[in-house]
Amino acid sequence: MSAPEFAIDVTGVTKRFGGKTVVNAIDLQVRRGEIYGFLGPNGSGKTTFIRMLCGLLTPDGGTGTCLGYDVRAEQAAIKRHVGYMTQKFSYYEDLSIRENLDFIARIYDVPDRAAAVQHSLERLGLANRSHQLAGQLSGGWKQRLALAACLIHSPQLLLLDEPTAGVDPKARRDFWDEIHQLAADGLTVLITTHYMDEAERCHRLAYLAYGNLLTRGTVADVVASAKLTTWVVTGENLRPVAEALRGLAGVEQVVAFGTTLHVSGRDAATLDAAVAAVRDARHEWTKARSGLEDVFISLMDTARDNFS
Amino acid sequence: MRRFTFHRLWAIVLKEFIQMKRDRVTFAMMVGIPLMQLLLFGYAINSDPKHLPTAIRSADQGPFARTLVAALKTSGYFRLVREARTEAEAHDLLQLGEVQFVINIPEDFSRRLLRGERPTVLVEADATDPAATGPALAAVRAVAAGVFNRDLSGPLARLRAKDGPVDFSIHAHYNPENITQYNVVPGLMGVVLTMTMVVITALAITRERERGTMENLLATPVRPFEVMVGKIIPYIIVGYIQVTLILLAARFLFGVPMVGSLALIYAVALLFIACNLAMGITFSSLAKNQLQAVQMAFFFFLPSILLTGFMFPFRGMPEWAQWIGSVLPNTHFLRIARGVLLKGSGPAEILPEVWPLVAFLVVAMTVGVKRYRQTLD
Repeated sequence: MSAPEFAIDVTGVTKRFGGKTVVNAIDLQVRRGEIYGFLGPNGSGKTTFIRMLCGLLTPDGGTGTCLGYDVRAEQAAIKRHVGYMTQKFSYYEDLSIRENLDFIARIYDVPDRAAAVQHSLERLGLANRSHQLAGQLSGGWKQRLALAACLIHSPQLLLLDEPTAGVDPKARRDFWDEIHQLAADGLTVLITTHYMDEAERCHRLAYLAYGNLLTRGTVADVVASAKLTTWVVTGENLRPVAEALRGLAGVEQVVAFGTTLHVSGRDAATLDAAVAAVRDARHEWTKARSGLEDVFISLMDTARDNFS
Repeated sequence: MRRFTFHRLWAIVLKEFIQMKRDRVTFAMMVGIPLMQLLLFGYAINSDPKHLPTAIRSADQGPFARTLVAALKTSGYFRLVREARTEAEAHDLLQLGEVQFVINIPEDFSRRLLRGERPTVLVEADATDPAATGPALAAVRAVAAGVFNRDLSGPLARLRAKDGPVDFSIHAHYNPENITQYNVVPGLMGVVLTMTMVVITALAITRERERGTMENLLATPVRPFEVMVGKIIPYIIVGYIQVTLILLAARFLFGVPMVGSLALIYAVALLFIACNLAMGITFSSLAKNQLQAVQMAFFFFLPSILLTGFMFPFRGMPEWAQWIGSVLPNTHFLRIARGVLLKGSGPAEILPEVWPLVAFLVVAMTVGVKRYRQTLD
């Protein structure tokens, strides 16, 4: 089979639970070797979408392929070539690290199992802890074990569902270095996260809210397409300034970041007018490039108005 | 503040009630289990079983023989189901468990009775379960004393001997000394296996689901059948160890006779263990959490002890209870274990008890595999 250009290529994927549409007609193309970030508020359908990609759920609507296999008909084949890391740690806490890896390697019928397990232990720096029970590991080490386990059968696609939740910054950084290394070797990675710094480390992004895909592209594309204007106010005693800005025409977000205030709106002219009305000499006012977080919060607010 | 406060206590009490309300199955079990116990102990269990199936082998068709049979029937303990022609036929009926008693009336019964020779009526009993035969045999002795009082009147009154005109000879087969352990210990095998096997496997899948490892397992290529059988096999081995321990104890601690083939016991035990494991797996796929799984296992265990003939004679139960009992694998395994160990039954004799086990296994396994969903939808 010649490798198709896209690791994931789906259109119109829909999932309903009861009468509620959790994932609404999502189109997504992910190129091979790409790190694709999946963002969105809690309950936006990210996990459900990932579960449909790896064959855990059957879509109610839509078509497409994952690694060239049909997402509706060839779930068994997909399972063999995908590594899926669940949001909650889902390996056996009463098995040691080595036993867990060995179990997964057997399930996937990995050739030369002992060597594969040893290699994966070493690669992720788990070798000298291999006899420790998984249940006794801290969050960071559990996450390493989970990554090692979903890589052991050399998958072509990694689906990572909030892999870094509850992991300290150093471990997170190591984890991302590892992901970039894997992608450089040709692995495709779809990763969900709530952290903006992680989003910026992805090649491309998609943003979901209420089951709808609101925007996608590179970080620059996403920021540009939002057409958001942001003013940054710096100085002491920002509370009155924020109060004064809130509710003015054109001011959609007023967010405090320590000693700065981010004021954003999609209509640049009315926002500028509002800022001009409140602007004072005691604070420093500058127009800045909107950040991803500003963009996402704006997207989420708009989405709430449109879909709820 | 380390003082007791009522509002904190009340907060806990309220929270417990809310959680109780959320777990419907547990709540149903809390009501269901006492109700079941009440019904079973109140209605189904009878330690004085009557209407036990009995075969007659009578070589004498005279009025005295008929009176005797009628008197035994009237006692309420015997229900005549068969007439046996030969001794071999009578023996087969006992061996297969189709009858509990065979009453043998000799050829010259009437003649010898009239001569005052106290003819002997042989009552053969399947005494594997002394609790089932005991009351009936006591009734036989009571019947013997007064049965012919009306017939033997006037000039014949002289034939009323002090110890009765008829001599009842009782032959307790398979367990002549009426040792309760001989009956209980083989039966215990079924009970122990039911208890441990169902509970252990009932937890098996529920635990995976509760700990979140199920999602991971589902995302791998592993098939439901592989998961089921893979979870069953280790416990079959555990079950065999239990069978071996019980058999050793039966032999060396309780001196239970082992007339039949141990290989046959082990072969049938495999089927029986599989039945219980399949049941456990099915519970496991139905239960939402481990507590529910244990409760379901208990719900199954209770009738498996009470309605199977383990604790109380099977034939003493009302018909509806016997119907329920006949569905439970333990009923059949008990009969097989007792049959093989005490009566020396072979494959042909236990066959009627084997197919219900097979049927149970097929149904439980099908439900289990169907309920185990491969995807999360």
